Order: sequence, then C-alpha cells, then structure tokens
Amino acid sequence: MTLAPDHKPTFANLSLTDRLGKAMPVILVPILIVLGFVAIGAPSSWLTLTVSGLAMGMMIFIMASGLTLVFGLMDVINFGHGAFISVGAFVGVSVLIALGDWTGAASLLLNMAAILLAVVAAMAVTGALGWGFERVIVKPVYGAHLKQILVTVGGLIVIEQLIYVIWGPDEIFINRPEMLKGAVTFAGAAMEKYRLLAVGIGLVLFIAMRMVLRRTKIGLIVRAGVENGPMVEALGYRLRIVFVGVFIAGSALAGLGGVMWGLYQEVITAGMGEEMMVLVFIVVIIGGLGSVEGAFIGALLVGLLQNYIAFLEPKLALVSNIALMTAILMWRPQGMLPVVKAK
Amino acid sequence: MSEPILSLRGLHTDIAQYHILQGVDLEVPRGQVTMLLGRNGVGKTTTLKSIMGQWSAKSGQILYDGQDITRLPVSTRARAGIGFVPEDMGIFRDLTVEENMVLGCTTGPLDPARKDWLLSAFPALGTFWHSEAGNLSGGQKQMLSIARAMVEERKLYLIDEPTKGLAPAIVSTMAQALRELKAQGASILLVEQNFSVARALGDSAAVMDDGRVTWTGEMAELAANKDLQERLMGLSMETH
Repeated sequence: MTLAPDHKPTFANLSLTDRLGKAMPVILVPILIVLGFVAIGAPSSWLTLTVSGLAMGMMIFIMASGLTLVFGLMDVINFGHGAFISVGAFVGVSVLIALGDWTGAASLLLNMAAILLAVVAAMAVTGALGWGFERVIVKPVYGAHLKQILVTVGGLIVIEQLIYVIWGPDEIFINRPEMLKGAVTFAGAAMEKYRLLAVGIGLVLFIAMRMVLRRTKIGLIVRAGVENGPMVEALGYRLRIVFVGVFIAGSALAGLGGVMWGLYQEVITAGMGEEMMVLVFIVVIIGGLGSVEGAFIGALLVGLLQNYIAFLEPKLALVSNIALMTAILMWRPQGMLPVVKAK
Repeated sequence: MSEPILSLRGLHTDIAQYHILQGVDLEVPRGQVTMLLGRNGVGKTTTLKSIMGQWSAKSGQILYDGQDITRLPVSTRARAGIGFVPEDMGIFRDLTVEENMVLGCTTGPLDPARKDWLLSAFPALGTFWHSEAGNLSGGQKQMLSIARAMVEERKLYLIDEPTKGLAPAIVSTMAQALRELKAQGASILLVEQNFSVARALGDSAAVMDDGRVTWTGEMAELAANKDLQERLMGLSMETH
C-alpha cells in the first residue's frame, strides 16, 4: 500500500523572464566581453585586454574563494585574510629566489618545477598560519561581528609587522621565470605567457573546487553548512572540524593567490594583501556571501572591467569597481548568486 | 518493564533572559510513540531542542539509552542514534532531494532497499529526486524532512509538529509513515497539535504547562477524559 496522497505533482514551466533572471549573472561575463569588443574596436587590443582581465579575475577569485566560504559557513568576517596573501607571496618568492638557477634556466620544466615548489611552500605555510589564526584569533569571537572585525584587523597588522621583521621593510622586485617572460602573439594580439598560465590555473582551480563542492560528501556538507549549520550538526556532522578545514584551505588558497599576484606584478610588499582585500571584498559581496560560483563571476567581472576601463578611460579605472559593486547591489542587494540562509 | 530510551530529570533551559524549561521530568519508553502535548509557548519545542543539544540545558540531566548526554555536542547525540525533525523542517533548499537524503546518511552510502521503501512511502520525493528542495511544496518538504530522518535506522526520533499546516491527505501519509517507523521498533517523541493524529498514534502522553510536565499517562486515558483535557490544556480534543 502506498502512503502517498493520490496526486501527481508536476513541474511548472518557468517563464522566459524567470529563466533569464536565474542565468543572468552567468551571462554577464560574455555580455561584458562583447561590450568590451564593441567599445575597444581593435580586435588585437581587445584580445590582449580580455586575457589580462581574465587573468586578473582568476587571481582575485583564488584569493576570494576561501573568504566567501568562511563567511558563509560560520558567519565569520575575516579582515585578516589579506595577511595570508602577503605571507604567501613572501614565502613563494623566497623559494623562487633560492631556486634562482631553476628560474633563470631556459627550461620550461625547471621553471615550472620552481613555481610548483614555491606554490607548495606558500600554501603549506599559509595553511598552517590559517590554522593558528583560526584557533587563536577567530575561535574566541564566533558570533560577534564587531569583535571579529577588530581582532582580525589586529591579526592582519601583527602579521604584516612580522613580515617586516623577517623580510625587511623594502619591497622586493622579482623576475618571472625565464620561459614565462614575454608574450605569445595570436591574431595580432600580444598575450603575456604568465597571464595565460594564470587563466589556466584559475580555471583548473575553479573546476576542481566546483567538483569537490558538487560531487563529494564533504562538499555537500560544506554547501549544506553554509545554508543551515545547526541542521547539519543535528544530522551528525561536526561542523567545527569542517569549518577549520575550510579555513585552512581558504588561507592556503590566499597564499597561492599571493604568489601568483606577486609574479603578476613582479613586486611584493608587506601591505599587498591589505591592498588586495578591497577587490576581494568587492568580489565576495557582489558574488553573494557564501557563493563560490558568485565569487568566480564577480572576480571575472572586476578583472575585465578594470582592464577595459583602464584602456578606454584611465581616470575612470579608479572608480570602476566601486561603480560595478553599486550597480550590482542596486540590481541584486544580496549579490548575484546569494546562498539563502535558513532563518 | 525495560529501561526507557530517554529520561529527562529536572531539566532547566534558558533562552536569552527567558527561563523556558523549569524542571522538565519526562520518560520516553522504548518502542513507543510518546506524545508531547500542551498549549503554544509552554516549552515543547525547547524540550526537543534541549534533548538534541541545540539549546544547552542550564541544569538537570538527559539520559539517553542509559548514557548521560546532557553536555555532549549536537553531532555526537545525532550519531548516537537520535533523529531530529525540527518544526521548520531543516531542509537544505539549495540542495537536491537526493543530496538532502544523502546528507541524512552518516554511517555509509544511501541503502537502496531503504531508499525504495522511503520512495514507496513518499512517491513525490522520487518525482522530484533531482530537483532543488527549495522548489518543493510545504507538504513535500515535510515528507523530505521526515524521510531524511528515517533514511538510516535510529533508536529515537524527535519530531516537532510534522503535520502543521498540511492538507489532510498528506497528514494521513505522515501518520502512516510514523506507524511504520514504530512498527520497526523505533521510539518516537512527537510534538503534535493535531489531536486526531495524537490520539491515533500515541501510546503514552506527556502534557506540558509553564515549562514543566504536568501530567503523564496513557494516551488512551487522556483521549477518553474530556475533563482531564480541559484541566490540562484548557480545551477538549473534541474541539479539534
């Protein structure tokens, strides 16, 4: 005997407007690229700027992805996230300097091995630092946003000062590995090799992160935890352990972003993470707090817009990201792809 | 008589400045459906949340299956075999029905036989298996919430108003599902405002007032005694 009521539920067909409304954030990136093409006119300049914008967006996404999950999962606002970007950059660059023979060799294999070691070292150090930061600074202030802001900003300052103590007060200029210098030419457009690498790494990371979040049990727990943490615990999962894991992973990703950003700019400073946090927060807010997909789209929009505007109207580049955030929040006050939190 | 699956002894719980539970004493016998009844605001939901650990008990003792769980974390209580269906259903709206069910499995993958049984009980869940749970109707969400709690065998189920706001056809579905659960030997502590459901399902009953249990006994005894109902709850079951 069936226990169900005698009815046959069906799906309602969504109207075109509803369907477009849901997909609109995803469509925004290609729309912006097309608009960029129309506004710039010259295909070669447009292609160069687009690759540059995508590379910048990917790097910002790598730095922002951990922060948005940390906020979504435990409602923690971590202003100290920028410290992991700086530390990652300094550790990575120190490894690259130590491996000067490898980075200076005209061998792609040796160059990539040096970058890989630098990235592994940076992620290991920032992951461990993130673990300590969570235990000492974040854990005592769960549920208290004002205290979180104060102590995490304090943590950021302390770590920045420690960078001055360890590496000195001067900015460090770096050379990219030999085989990543210069550009490749395609359809008359010059595209820096390093930017192409950054786009590739960013894409691979985004796909991997999405696979973990969508296809694995731990990803399922994280997504459910972002939406309704108490219920996840009532099902038998220790959300605190999951959160610590996400915090460590997010810190390590910030470290990776720091190394990549340092190589992109070819100079690193103790304050670089703090400076990047403005862009990172813009991305997290316009993407929708707690949404990795939203952060990805937001980062690409920020990167592309900044590059297009800097070319078209350099003075406006200073306000382009704030204008983007204002426009998106007026359209969707919760961000583009917000996670609906349980009451 | 065997030891009860759950005993509350002098349980006190505060929420902010409010002293909600003021010394709850309650026993839930094994393999029975115990109804927790009472007017709105007397502490029924707080009692369930205190048992589950979502509200920390200020004092008193919670004994589950012979073990003191008063200070254990929520997840440990759940893993010890307590299934919880909260009043707000606790559905993950952005996850599919399948993903919600998979999350209910804490000891291993979704058992196909168990899945078949649940989908025969709640066929609508099969229809919407790959849809986001946020798109389900209220009744379907409630089915999902209960099915998720039942997806693995538990010793004790805490269920908070599963029929609230549901159409009569779905209420009978819920009631039948709970009967089947009981037939499998599970113990259930059920908060329910629908007295016809309470009367049909309950073996024993506890009535709360002002943060305390003021009466315990057989459900049949309470259902048969109109004066007792009016004295304990201020109204008669006949009026529902």
